Amino acid sequence: MNEAGLRLTASPHVRSEESTTRIMWSVVISLLPAIAASLYFFGPSAILVLLASVAGCLITERLFGAIRSSLADGSAMITGLLLGLCLPPGFPMWMAFLGGAFGMAFGKLIFGGLGHNIFNPALLGRAFLQAAFPVAITTWPARSDTWWTLQGDNLALPFRSPTVDAMTGATPLGKLKFADEPVVTPIQDLLLGTISGSLGETSALLLLLGGVYLAIRGHLNWHIPVSILVTVYAVSGLIYAIGISPFPPLFMLFSGGLMLGAIYMATDMVTSPVTNTGCWVFGVGIGLLVVIIRVWGGLPEGVMYAILLMNALVPFINRATQPRKFGSTRVKPAAGKEEGA
Amino acid sequence: MGARELLSFRHGVHPPENKHLTEGIASRRLPFPKEVILPLSQHIGTPASALVKAGDRVERGDVIAEAAGLVSSRVHATASGTVKAIEHWPHPGGSMQPSIRIQVDPHSTQMQRPRLVPHWDEVPAEQLSEEISRAGIVGLGGAAFPMHVKLRPPKNQPIEVLMVNGCECEPYLTSDHRTMLEHPDDVHMGIRIVLRALGIDRAVIGIEANKPDAIEIMRRTAPGDLDVTVQPLKVKYPQGAEKMLIKAVTGREVPSGKLPASVGALVQNVATTANVARIFETGQPLIERIMTVSGRGIRKPGNWVIPFGTKLRDVIDACGGLTEDAAEIVFGGPMMGQSQATLDVPVLKATGGILVLSNAECKRQDILPCIRCGKCVEACPVFLNPQLLGSLARVERFEEMAEKADLGDCMLCGCCSFVCPSNIPLSQMFAMAKFQLGRLARQ
Repeated sequence: MNEAGLRLTASPHVRSEESTTRIMWSVVISLLPAIAASLYFFGPSAILVLLASVAGCLITERLFGAIRSSLADGSAMITGLLLGLCLPPGFPMWMAFLGGAFGMAFGKLIFGGLGHNIFNPALLGRAFLQAAFPVAITTWPARSDTWWTLQGDNLALPFRSPTVDAMTGATPLGKLKFADEPVVTPIQDLLLGTISGSLGETSALLLLLGGVYLAIRGHLNWHIPVSILVTVYAVSGLIYAIGISPFPPLFMLFSGGLMLGAIYMATDMVTSPVTNTGCWVFGVGIGLLVVIIRVWGGLPEGVMYAILLMNALVPFINRATQPRKFGSTRVKPAAGKEEGA
Repeated sequence: MGARELLSFRHGVHPPENKHLTEGIASRRLPFPKEVILPLSQHIGTPASALVKAGDRVERGDVIAEAAGLVSSRVHATASGTVKAIEHWPHPGGSMQPSIRIQVDPHSTQMQRPRLVPHWDEVPAEQLSEEISRAGIVGLGGAAFPMHVKLRPPKNQPIEVLMVNGCECEPYLTSDHRTMLEHPDDVHMGIRIVLRALGIDRAVIGIEANKPDAIEIMRRTAPGDLDVTVQPLKVKYPQGAEKMLIKAVTGREVPSGKLPASVGALVQNVATTANVARIFETGQPLIERIMTVSGRGIRKPGNWVIPFGTKLRDVIDACGGLTEDAAEIVFGGPMMGQSQATLDVPVLKATGGILVLSNAECKRQDILPCIRCGKCVEACPVFLNPQLLGSLARVERFEEMAEKADLGDCMLCGCCSFVCPSNIPLSQMFAMAKFQLGRLARQ
């Protein structure tokens, strides 16, 4: 301070209105339509699963200490919601909670919190659940007759084997890949979500809408979803046309977790490349891996592993796609180690 | 010319322009203050050496300090009066600098001494830069680089085109805009003289498209016998940076670490060229200029002709004083300008604007961790990776910043800090790193 009470700061003295907190919360807002849809399709179960995973994330973020805890920035909320959206509606709440806590603790906080993690925490949580509870996470209860009836085994007690609902309905990907008589689910069902699947897999249209909203507001790098979706469509179209795969390209686009993954998981700013060129490489890589896992892998769905694998490659992609500095023709080899600022 | 699409450069940002506060206000002369403070260093390069001593009577326009060396510039008395002292005084750059304090004579008419002015057409081309040097002219775009040095480019890099910079890409500032509107003939005459000094006949005036009246008037008043074109440019910061302007107009990138002369271009600000004309019209050296006084923290924003050396306090008083919520005073534009700590600092040759920002205009927000969103990479006009530079700066790996991340190419334009959603003060960190590296180099 000084005689006139004037503020002394370094330039620039004006800042854009954009803020990390605002970006995070608008991602949360853009997810609301898809969340509402999951509530509409799956009844109160959807809310229970989402509540559990969000609680797992928020509580873990808070427990890791006041210094690193950043509940207000909304990032823990996003992780919780995204994890919940890729779980089946009948998933036991305690598992969802555990998944959120694991994803947060081992996917983000041990790296140093927001901005320092390598893997998408929501997907890491889901990968943990996939490994720990392979049955529960691949059990999609058949639609119950009444909206308010709980699906599956939401209220199972911790560490008790869930009593699997007798009625299970396969997801579109499962129906096509593992059923004795493969069925291609019609596209309109995929778009509108009148199918069996994880909470957020069922409303491709609403997820697209959320993505467009975010892209328009500049809160989402559209290069990533576009490159993923185009790659998946083109590659699966090609191998479908020459008869290698049974998956029609449009079916590939709108089934499973591709929309959720391409729009919300792969675009996590922390775990995606910093340059647009890098984002193209990243997206094409994810698209290829998705097709490879879905067509030739032992799993019905490959979005999660595709994104996690590409997350691991981000530092290399960043290094290889450094911008060409103004007034130079050659691309300089990038600086040493990749670090979060 | 004609209806070409708007040229520009890649990347950059578009901060709120806020030019409407002053762009329609014609410039008026600020009353002469009681005292002017003229630092010996108002330019890039060696400070000038004083020619006067306390007690000397000086008239407006007299030389009071001589250029010391090639890259240096003369200082002239900006008001008639008596030299009170030569002493250290707060400088807008933040330090105390030797300055000549002149007690302004309240009874003086502030007329200049009559001076024999050579006709520009009779001065040999190679002596024009000497005349310009004598008038103490420095670049008025902000850097204050002595103009005569630029007029003597290396022999192996001939200048082919003069780029006249009327972009004024910094928000708020309207002084160049007003110069073009009010003195278009001076600008064109200045261009004619500079072209003669360079021995070329082609000039391009680059003006951002948010000044259609300036584009129109500069086109209308352009001389028919010279190849002077007016090029409207996209409104984008930092369009007025030399390299960005050259890129926009010619499509060529000035090679990293090189001067504009390497692509045959020389850039001069419009206000600078207007002042060149005045040397030969009235004999007036560089002693005053139009400055924009703006921001929501000043009661009466406007454009003023202010003699250099006028203290900030006098400018603010003449503009109705500060408002209740005035928070920060900046010399220059909001993107690259410098905060002022005291109202005693004088305005200088490079001061194109005085901004009094209110709390709402320059609110500070909490710094959050970098989320690697890449917005800084997409904003950097020289295509660096501010995210990487920032992470290196944070752990004080300054040498690595210079050697492997091209810190040297950073011009501290502030685009990265402007867009950063986590409010990381990137350009401040880079300025710091440059400073530390400079210190290491001197040791």
